Amino acid sequence: MGLSVQLKKKIGGFSLDVAWEIGDELAVLFGYSGSGKSMTLQMITGLIRPDEGFVRDDSKIFFDSVSGVDTPPQARTFGYVFQDLALFPHMNVMRNILFGAPDVPKQEKFSRAKAMIEAFKLVGLENRYPSEISGGQKQRVAFARALIRHPELLLLDEPFSALDKPLRIEMRRFLQEIRMQFGIPVILVTHDFDEAAFLAEKIIVYSHGKVAQIGSLAQVVEQPASQEVQMLVNGKMV
Amino acid sequence: MLLSLKVAFVATVFVVLAGTAIAYALARKEFRGREFLDVIFTLPLVLPPTVTGYYLIVVFGRNGLIGKMIYDGTGFTIMFTWYAAALASFIVALPLMIKTTRAAIESVDRNLINAAYTLGHGEGETAIRVILPLARKGIMAGAVLSFARAMGEFGATLMLAGNIPGKTDTMPLAIYSLASSGEWTQAHAMVILLTIMSGVFLYLANKYSKRSI
Repeated sequence: MGLSVQLKKKIGGFSLDVAWEIGDELAVLFGYSGSGKSMTLQMITGLIRPDEGFVRDDSKIFFDSVSGVDTPPQARTFGYVFQDLALFPHMNVMRNILFGAPDVPKQEKFSRAKAMIEAFKLVGLENRYPSEISGGQKQRVAFARALIRHPELLLLDEPFSALDKPLRIEMRRFLQEIRMQFGIPVILVTHDFDEAAFLAEKIIVYSHGKVAQIGSLAQVVEQPASQEVQMLVNGKMV
Repeated sequence: MLLSLKVAFVATVFVVLAGTAIAYALARKEFRGREFLDVIFTLPLVLPPTVTGYYLIVVFGRNGLIGKMIYDGTGFTIMFTWYAAALASFIVALPLMIKTTRAAIESVDRNLINAAYTLGHGEGETAIRVILPLARKGIMAGAVLSFARAMGEFGATLMLAGNIPGKTDTMPLAIYSLASSGEWTQAHAMVILLTIMSGVFLYLANKYSKRSI
């Protein structure tokens, strides 16, 4: 199980042109804000249509501009956690999580939701609304909702950026647990080098809509492909 | 009074159904002539009601485009019935519903809609379970405003339904008759009643459009 993408897109003055692939690992898309990382995720999940390129895994093609394949987002079984989490304010915790499993038979759905609520330490909060729970709890609801469908891939768009530091560190460990428990590839977008260094099994460094370097953490730190990559990994973020 | 409520209620039911569907299409769909359609549906808001009523006669009158087909087929004409009063109220109240609901739908957070898609929900289900519930306040406000507007409809109703005592004389029309025949006491009472009711509806509309969960 892995993912292979080639994406080209021009929007306004910005142009994205990237190609990379990952295996069954936790890959971090790392770079300055505005370098095209989030846009890449949205193309993988089908929310933005690339001008050219493909998105595919070992067995399935989700998008291919040559053959004209373009699976709509609801038919791509990827879990997606948004930067602002996008919990539904009009649904309680339980219903938010259940909403993530539309194709699962009812009984199975409820038992999965129960298991999720236990695994994600949300017991007792089932009937609370998103506005009534803490930031860390919201994160866990968003993850549970994205994972209840047993997706083939988990896409994370800076989900921890709004948290304060201690919680952010706790959530990193939590993400590692998830990765072990579900055994699916994870793509995490971040501009926080500590986060990338802590989590990445592979780093894909973005710069101005292009891939500046792909490699392990050690490779990127020890042999930066350019001065800009060196600046980025030395933590001199603007 | 009862007639007014019946006319306004029937008009509002259709306004809510049609208005929500039209507002959804205008807010969420890209198609040619979208803004043109918006203008057409908004026109009754600014046109003199007599002009709106005139158009309705042209379309639904006994010799009208649609009215003639109905009359030839069934011998029925909507003219000078309470249905005509409801139709006039419907057309005049529809823009208020569309404007309010379109704004409410457009203000629903894009990320929430995208989240619904990525969680495996198609467009229809996303509309029903995410977009419309989140636009609920606007829809309620639109419905209340439309009801108030339908209660107060005068010009187009007069053109299409006439002013037939006991049949099409809704409150605004009855007030006109009473005033023109000098029956001030009765007119007074009805004016005050209509004013209070409209005030209550406006208050409700404001209440619904404020504060979301």
